Amino acid sequence: MSATAAGMLFIASLVLAMVLVHRPLGDYMYRVYTSARHTVVERVVYRLLGVRPDAEQSWGVYARGLLAFSVVSILVVYGIQRLQDKLPLSLGRPPVTDHIAWNTAISFVTNTNWQAYSGESTMGHLTQMMALAVQNFVSAAVGMAVAIALVRGFARRKSGTLGNFWVDLVRGSVRILLPIAFVGALVLVAGGVIQNLSGVHEVATLTGGTQSITGGPVASQEAIKELGTNGGGFYNANSAHPFENATSWTNWFEIFLILMIPFALPRTFGRMVGQVRQGYAIVAVMGILALASVLLTNAFELGGDATVSQAAGAAMEGKEVRFGLSNSATFAAVTTLTSTGAVNSAHDSYTPFGGMMTMFNMMLGEVAPGGVGAGLYGILILAVITVFVAGLMVGRTPEYLGKKIGPREIKLASLYFLVTPALVLTGTAFAMGSPEQRASMLNGGPHGLSEVLYAFTSASNNNGSAFAGLTVNTPWYDVALGLCMVFGRFLPIILVLALAGSLAAQSPVPEGAGTLPTHRPQFVGMVVGVTIILVSLTFLPALALGPIAEGLS
Amino acid sequence: MSSPTTGRVGGGLLDPRQLVRSLPDALTKLNPATLWRNPVMLIVEVGAVFTTVLAIIEPSFFAWAIVVWLWLTVIFANLAEAVAEGRGKAQAATLRAAKRDTTARRLKSRASTSDWDVVPAPELRPGELVIVEAGEVIPGDGDVIDGIASVDESAITGESAPVIRESGGDRSAVTGGTKVLSDRIIVQITQKPGESFIDRMIALVEGASRQKTPNEIALNILLAALTIIFLVATVTMQPLAIYSKLINPGVPDSPALNADGVTGVVLVSLLVCLIPTTIGALLSAIGIAGMDRLVQRNVLAMSGRAVEAAGDVSTLLLDKTGTITLGNRQASAFVPVPGVSEGELAEAAQLSSLADATPEGRSIVVFAKEAYGLRERQAGELARAEWVPFTAQTRMSGVDLDGREVRKGAATAVMKWVRDHGGHPTDEVGHIVDGISSSGGTPLVVAERGRVLGVIHLKDVVKAGMRERFDEMRRMGIRTVMITGDNPLTAQAIANEAGVDDFLAEATPEDKLALIRKEQEGGRLVAMTGDGTNDAPALAQSDVGVAMNTGTSAAKEAGNMVDLDSNPTKLIEIVEIGKQLLITRGALTTFSIANDIAKYFAIIPAMFAAVYPGLDALNIMRLSSPQSAVLSAVIFNAIVIVALIPLALRGVRYRPSSAAKLLSRNLYLYGLGGIVAPFIGIKLIDLLVQFLPEMG
Repeated sequence: MSATAAGMLFIASLVLAMVLVHRPLGDYMYRVYTSARHTVVERVVYRLLGVRPDAEQSWGVYARGLLAFSVVSILVVYGIQRLQDKLPLSLGRPPVTDHIAWNTAISFVTNTNWQAYSGESTMGHLTQMMALAVQNFVSAAVGMAVAIALVRGFARRKSGTLGNFWVDLVRGSVRILLPIAFVGALVLVAGGVIQNLSGVHEVATLTGGTQSITGGPVASQEAIKELGTNGGGFYNANSAHPFENATSWTNWFEIFLILMIPFALPRTFGRMVGQVRQGYAIVAVMGILALASVLLTNAFELGGDATVSQAAGAAMEGKEVRFGLSNSATFAAVTTLTSTGAVNSAHDSYTPFGGMMTMFNMMLGEVAPGGVGAGLYGILILAVITVFVAGLMVGRTPEYLGKKIGPREIKLASLYFLVTPALVLTGTAFAMGSPEQRASMLNGGPHGLSEVLYAFTSASNNNGSAFAGLTVNTPWYDVALGLCMVFGRFLPIILVLALAGSLAAQSPVPEGAGTLPTHRPQFVGMVVGVTIILVSLTFLPALALGPIAEGLS
Repeated sequence: MSSPTTGRVGGGLLDPRQLVRSLPDALTKLNPATLWRNPVMLIVEVGAVFTTVLAIIEPSFFAWAIVVWLWLTVIFANLAEAVAEGRGKAQAATLRAAKRDTTARRLKSRASTSDWDVVPAPELRPGELVIVEAGEVIPGDGDVIDGIASVDESAITGESAPVIRESGGDRSAVTGGTKVLSDRIIVQITQKPGESFIDRMIALVEGASRQKTPNEIALNILLAALTIIFLVATVTMQPLAIYSKLINPGVPDSPALNADGVTGVVLVSLLVCLIPTTIGALLSAIGIAGMDRLVQRNVLAMSGRAVEAAGDVSTLLLDKTGTITLGNRQASAFVPVPGVSEGELAEAAQLSSLADATPEGRSIVVFAKEAYGLRERQAGELARAEWVPFTAQTRMSGVDLDGREVRKGAATAVMKWVRDHGGHPTDEVGHIVDGISSSGGTPLVVAERGRVLGVIHLKDVVKAGMRERFDEMRRMGIRTVMITGDNPLTAQAIANEAGVDDFLAEATPEDKLALIRKEQEGGRLVAMTGDGTNDAPALAQSDVGVAMNTGTSAAKEAGNMVDLDSNPTKLIEIVEIGKQLLITRGALTTFSIANDIAKYFAIIPAMFAAVYPGLDALNIMRLSSPQSAVLSAVIFNAIVIVALIPLALRGVRYRPSSAAKLLSRNLYLYGLGGIVAPFIGIKLIDLLVQFLPEMG
């Protein structure tokens, strides 16, 4: 079988897996978030937290709970890192420096998992498990909670409330993420991923030198790293490291874990609004964008039209031989499309256009299919904007799922759409405007610009992957990227919850022949078009001076 | 139906002279204090000022050419609004002429109609009574409380045929500025000084009281957001451009790019080309023109909000009489009881209807003549005849002639009359009456003293083309409900014939109100027409309430639109105009955003091909030079505004069809068209512009 055919088979099998899994998982999540029953474990948690699980919350209360939880989380993760030398299982590591600890705390709480440090040589086992892995669960559950709250906004009529944040948080963690991650970890262990609590091994290498290899609870962390679209690796090499991602099979399984919840959530959405076909329209938008991006990234890498790769016969620089071109390209596309940020190859070494695809994927706003929860609420915002622009063309004031998109709704949706591009572009402009920060670039020319643009795109969109080639563990970058992560996560969340609140308060307009149908291919095509056009228009100047200039030279 | 009907104001086409006439207004609107309501154009103006300063500091032909076209962009936008407003102004002038200063004869008391004093019309207060005679102008809005008169309302309606205004009933409202042609009426003033109907009309058509509608506000927010995004995108490009220039030290400075980054003139040009200037320039003109299209159809919308709501209406309440059926029922058959010939019945029916001036009565005489050849006799011919008029108590009319008594009327009333005079109507009469009722007709029984002759079948005549219209409505997703005072059986028959979706029979004003509330509960928007005082609550409750100009002041006050022609069928057109308004907004927004793609392909290579020659591959239009590319994009951006003014004023073509079909069509036209058009336009402009100096 040729490499291309194998790559296509890899992609096709993933598509098939999504087709099979989205329905049972989506239906299961629907039951999780709509059930009236609390399990014993959950009731214990509620008692400990002191919350009344049956109390409904307005959007403001919901948002305040979420923010309070996140602030406390940041403080805890920061504290554990700073005190890790005094805690058990530290492997003798010193406390993490303040700006890296701050950056890391924010990074994991915002589901970004940008890593300004090298995992195996900075963090002790307890920090990895108690601080980082816990956030891998709860930050993902927070994203899902926000998405569910927005869906409730569409589904409810004349309601002042959106559910209960604590219940959504606990259920998402306990009923969805934990069981799947548990099974996922077992599968990964079976596939060769390590899971132990051993320390550093000094190993003599073939060339005669020595190498320090750290063991640790990797599989358990790896499973939730992918499932929760987190992406923070146990090792610096992330999913390129054989202890994290042993074979082509684990590579497939990790991509599968990344995609399963984001692609199943639209089904949950369809069930909750009582029109399964609306969910299918949304999943179609995600699917078209994702498939196009995966195929294009593959095409650019397999085409390998850069000078070095042509000399070498294939664009293999920065890619693992055990995965090959195509499976690396697919992983790269998926990880950037989902705000995961795990990497199994160095995006910095991709062909200019292949590298641009990874950036463009994030610039889409992480919606195809996006991070767990964040992807769904992101694409619903884009659907609202599409409905507003194109919906007028049917001669009615715009409405989506029976809810009118009036001044307040469009204000919130527009602000949502403004936040991340503003962060990305302003951050990049500041970095590129200062000779001091430009010094962090390892490459000159347009490629250096791409490195900076990638860093800010990744942080602001809560992806967390790095293009590499940029020295980011400086105080300036730690602070700047940390701010991008905080604002890129919580401003949109507040806006989404406010939008959900204003939608929930409305009484829905019944559907008729004069209503814009939002479940047909026509609408799917429109959302795809609006997304691509708006994103292209926003980022084209920056891309033109980075990857496009490099690619066309 | 969507084609402009012949109104008093010319059709939707744009007269070039209008552009010239509106130019002074357009220049006044350059004042930033006026322009700040339109953030998109304000940014363009700020950009124009900025580039002017730059051009003065460092003059070049290229810089000045850009400056001129940036200013033209703002002026074109103002021109669009000024032209739209200008049409209203012409109308306002006509109305002002009607608002001549008049004096009023104010009655000092209700008791006497001869005790009055003369006061200037503006001093009249609500509740005061005035007396108006033939040849006088009615001094203010009010209701006729005594008398009947023919009134010339051409000043406001443009209709020269006089109308009847009388006390009581639903035709009691009179408007200040109209002229009494005959008789004498006493009017109770209902308006406050300076708030007359004509005052409001003037304010409306001039756009003085124009407030942004919810959808317009929402669209403005989106446009502002897009403007901010593009502002961020262009401003943050600057450090990137400086860096790119820095790392390519061998590249000489160009008019687009030097060591300080992209030059101010080019940067502003890029920004102006990207922000949604097309829709930003035309948005308010679209709104004004929408109101104007209603005015052309003699409908006054009291707020833009109502016009917008009209597009959203999902339930139409239509009065049966006058809207769905011709104003009146017509005789369609004479059904005699056994033992009576048709001719005998026809003769009696004709005789009993001779003095009956109602349309139904007239139709009986006409039908007797056409179907039975009975010569129409004038009431006066029968000297000894004693006419019995219809009263609400007797519910029948007829004639006593040479001892013969003929009556016709409602079945129960006539049968009772027959029985009272010793007759015994057979069951057969009942069967005939029921048969006609169940077929949707109205039976009128004709009888002589003591015996029933037969039954006249009166039938509602559904207006031609109504079924097709309702089918269209259904395709547009609008439910039509017929409102009628008829019994359910009759209503059902007519509903079936006309093809409405539902009907409300034996409707009282309370039923109507309840129906509207029920529809609104379900999230539907309801439109209705009404004229009577008892319609007022329903008009106020409905989302689009169109009051007939012939109606009472209460009705006109309660509705949010007034139809000066008093034609209830117009509701359908109002809905279409509302939809057209929204479609025009959406289409031009889509067009505006789609345009940006081509502009990037023009300007990005123009800015950066010097440092990265590979980027010239993006110059797919093969524009002749960086300067001509930038200038061509800016010129296209300005010209497209002027080119679209007629479309903004006229509205996009609208044909009733389902939402999905409408969307497909408009997407192709304005989405795809919006992507393609600028590629062609910019290329064509470049072909000319390249011959200007400094464009090589």
